[in-house]
Amino acid sequence: MPFQLLRFALSSKHPEPRMFRTPERLKGSYDAVIIGAGGHGLAAAYYLARDHGMRNVAVLEKGYIGGGNTGRNTTIIRSNYLTPEGVAFYDQSVRLWQDLATDFDLNLFYSTRGHFTLAHTDSAVRTMRWRAEVNKHLGVDSELVGPEAVKAACPQIDLSCGGNAPILGALYHAPGAIARHDAVAWGYGRGADQRGVEIHQQTEVLGIDVVGGRVQGVKTSKGYISTPRVLSAVAGFTPRITHMVGLRTPIYVHPLQAMVTEPMKPWLDPILVSGSLHIYVSQSARGELVMGASLDPYELHSTRSSLDFVEGLAAHMLDMFPFLSHAKVNRQWAGMADMTPDFAPVMGTTPVEGFYLDAGWGTWGFKATPVCGMTMAHTVATGRDHDLIGAFNLSRFARYELTGEKGAASVGH
Amino acid sequence: MKLLCCPVNGLRPVSEFAYGGEVRAMPDPATCTDDQWADHVFNRSGIPGVKIEWWYHLPSGVWFHAERDVTADRVLRTWMPGEESAR
Repeated sequence: MPFQLLRFALSSKHPEPRMFRTPERLKGSYDAVIIGAGGHGLAAAYYLARDHGMRNVAVLEKGYIGGGNTGRNTTIIRSNYLTPEGVAFYDQSVRLWQDLATDFDLNLFYSTRGHFTLAHTDSAVRTMRWRAEVNKHLGVDSELVGPEAVKAACPQIDLSCGGNAPILGALYHAPGAIARHDAVAWGYGRGADQRGVEIHQQTEVLGIDVVGGRVQGVKTSKGYISTPRVLSAVAGFTPRITHMVGLRTPIYVHPLQAMVTEPMKPWLDPILVSGSLHIYVSQSARGELVMGASLDPYELHSTRSSLDFVEGLAAHMLDMFPFLSHAKVNRQWAGMADMTPDFAPVMGTTPVEGFYLDAGWGTWGFKATPVCGMTMAHTVATGRDHDLIGAFNLSRFARYELTGEKGAASVGH
Repeated sequence: MKLLCCPVNGLRPVSEFAYGGEVRAMPDPATCTDDQWADHVFNRSGIPGVKIEWWYHLPSGVWFHAERDVTADRVLRTWMPGEESAR
């Protein structure tokens, strides 16, 4: 144990400053208001303050920092997407991730593991090859590998998956990584806070004032704020916010569940994903197996958990790893995923002037946290979409110009 | 919600059913504008509330309506399309 930790035991007062200030009350006006203090909202605040000099910014959060989908995802970071727009965007995110811990001076437990997307059918192999070629063309490290490469990276796997779904190959993505999701929100929050951004927890947005097609202010549970710019980064609550400004969107909300086992000795190095078995799994720094599956099959605005989910996911895990039959499930939870028809996000400017969306992040938002913050900060500061997010604008639907990323979703939904 | 009442087959486990989305009126494709049509194709009412939905009983092939609170996940009633009598 480092001796400097002793000061925490010997001092009567806590010897470190807190991560964030707690502002007393809301000011009457801000240059920008960000709704949602999750990873995306805090990252946008951080880059607004750091790169664009906008410090008179309030981040409003109805719960607590990082308590929504930022703290509920399975922490996988990758850029092996399907469309050129998607690959370029997520690749930029992976680059930002790699020196984020230095940026924050905070350990994010960023751990590059390698990421296998397993293919159990000929058509899945075809999609993997397609993704590998798109990725290579754009300089992203992806390749199609055979079952023997999967076995070499993970000797414990049953390649026949119980005889039900033999593994024919996999898309291997070496930069695939995991990180500690709470620390990401804290790091961005602290960085924004130190630069003068105010983070108001327990502050719910009740309405947004729009006059003549322009944002004028925000009604909150702690009073009225006048502001010309509002960024909504609220994941599963997006439809409620867009309803306040009278905007119609294709976003629909389904729950996504996940669970972890009890901690065990490290044995699973890579991240494994199987679309056919509806699994993604990695082993955390704490030794827990972190597992997720597909969406719940119908609309629900709730974070309830279900036994059906645990039974289904455990059965598929046992197809891959029969020796886990004695492992215990420690915890399960759910998040509200804001889904879109093409499995790409809805980002950028909207028909309401001064109202910006960072939404439609469904089941794929955590990995994009840094690049979303950076591009949305640019968009809010300049009023124009950042070049990397042009393909994600809400207006693409009216033009039928979808950005089809369903083939790159980790599991079939 | 673990059980759902099919108007034909009665109370069955929810795993026997498929969700068909909210019941919505289709604009007339011959007369509506492109924007109205795109709105119908893509946009949804994503806000929570009590909604009337399509559900499908897979083993027997029955499509029916259900009125459901999409926050509490509670089904208020189910009925066959065109039949007003609620069960």
